Amino acid sequence: MLLAEITDTGLAALTYGIGALGPGIGIGYLVGQSVQAMARQPEAAGMVRTTMFLGIAFVEALALIGFVVFFLGQA
Amino acid sequence: MIPGPGILALKFPPLSHIVDWPVFLFEDTPFGINKVVLVYFAAIILTMLIFVLGNQRKLVPTGAQNFAESSVTFVENGIIMQSMGPRGLKWAPMLTAMFFFIFFCNIFEVIPGVQMPATARIALPLFLAIFVWFVFNIAGIIEHGPLGYLKHSLIPPGVPIGLLPIIVPIEFVSNFLVRPFSLMVRLFANLLAGHILLVTFAVLTAALWTQKWYALFLPLPLFALIFFVAFEILVSFLQAYVFTLLTAVYIDSATSHEH
Repeated sequence: MLLAEITDTGLAALTYGIGALGPGIGIGYLVGQSVQAMARQPEAAGMVRTTMFLGIAFVEALALIGFVVFFLGQA
Repeated sequence: MIPGPGILALKFPPLSHIVDWPVFLFEDTPFGINKVVLVYFAAIILTMLIFVLGNQRKLVPTGAQNFAESSVTFVENGIIMQSMGPRGLKWAPMLTAMFFFIFFCNIFEVIPGVQMPATARIALPLFLAIFVWFVFNIAGIIEHGPLGYLKHSLIPPGVPIGLLPIIVPIEFVSNFLVRPFSLMVRLFANLLAGHILLVTFAVLTAALWTQKWYALFLPLPLFALIFFVAFEILVSFLQAYVFTLLTAVYIDSATSHEH
């Protein structure tokens, strides 16, 4: 009885899954450090928040390129 | 084409429309109009409204002029002053138009009845990324001259000469190839993923409505759908903001005279 089989779609999904590990850790670390910065110096919170969003956009782009690779690798 | 599910006599579009809306006007010509093109037109009209409404020159703004002025002030303070400083204020009209066009294209994802972001088709982010690429390169060439611009962008200050053969190709790829590509993919993939997420939970909720005892699980996708609609409103605004902020940062890095 065939329980599992390696197909194109399966490999593409696995690719995206592994590719989302890095950005997950990256965004978590980035937001944690920015929360710490905002707690240390509340009057700089606006600038820290803007830079945080900028950094999140850069890191999230890598995860989303992986999402696009999933659609390319599927059929 | 799978026929769409229905609930209370409302019909969802078929699932294949996630990637392929049919053309319903001017078919077989390059000017075919489908639902996504109608969303473009609506976003263009809404963006022009902001510029037109702000044209009254009352000294104490009220009503529509107040709204237009506060929108432009948001772009000026939140985007331009953060990245370019006061010398970037001459870029304010272009960045305001870009921000509001992308925001109105994105926000149609959550408006009932339309529920299709125009930026979920790669054509619009591709065009915007190429436009931004031309803008920051031409701004840099006007500011530094062609050879000076290449030197300014490819050779970072304080690098020893021996490392230049490694640094220059990396900087070339990073400045001229990766920047527009990442702008395009960030905007497109965020909106496409959000659209697919909303479609998945909406279809699941609609399908559970008509089952006999599976309807016990109906509140779960319903609450997930409500949460994701709120999340997508945030993502629409955030992606427009990040696109415009990165455009301002690239223009600033191309025209700055720091070293």
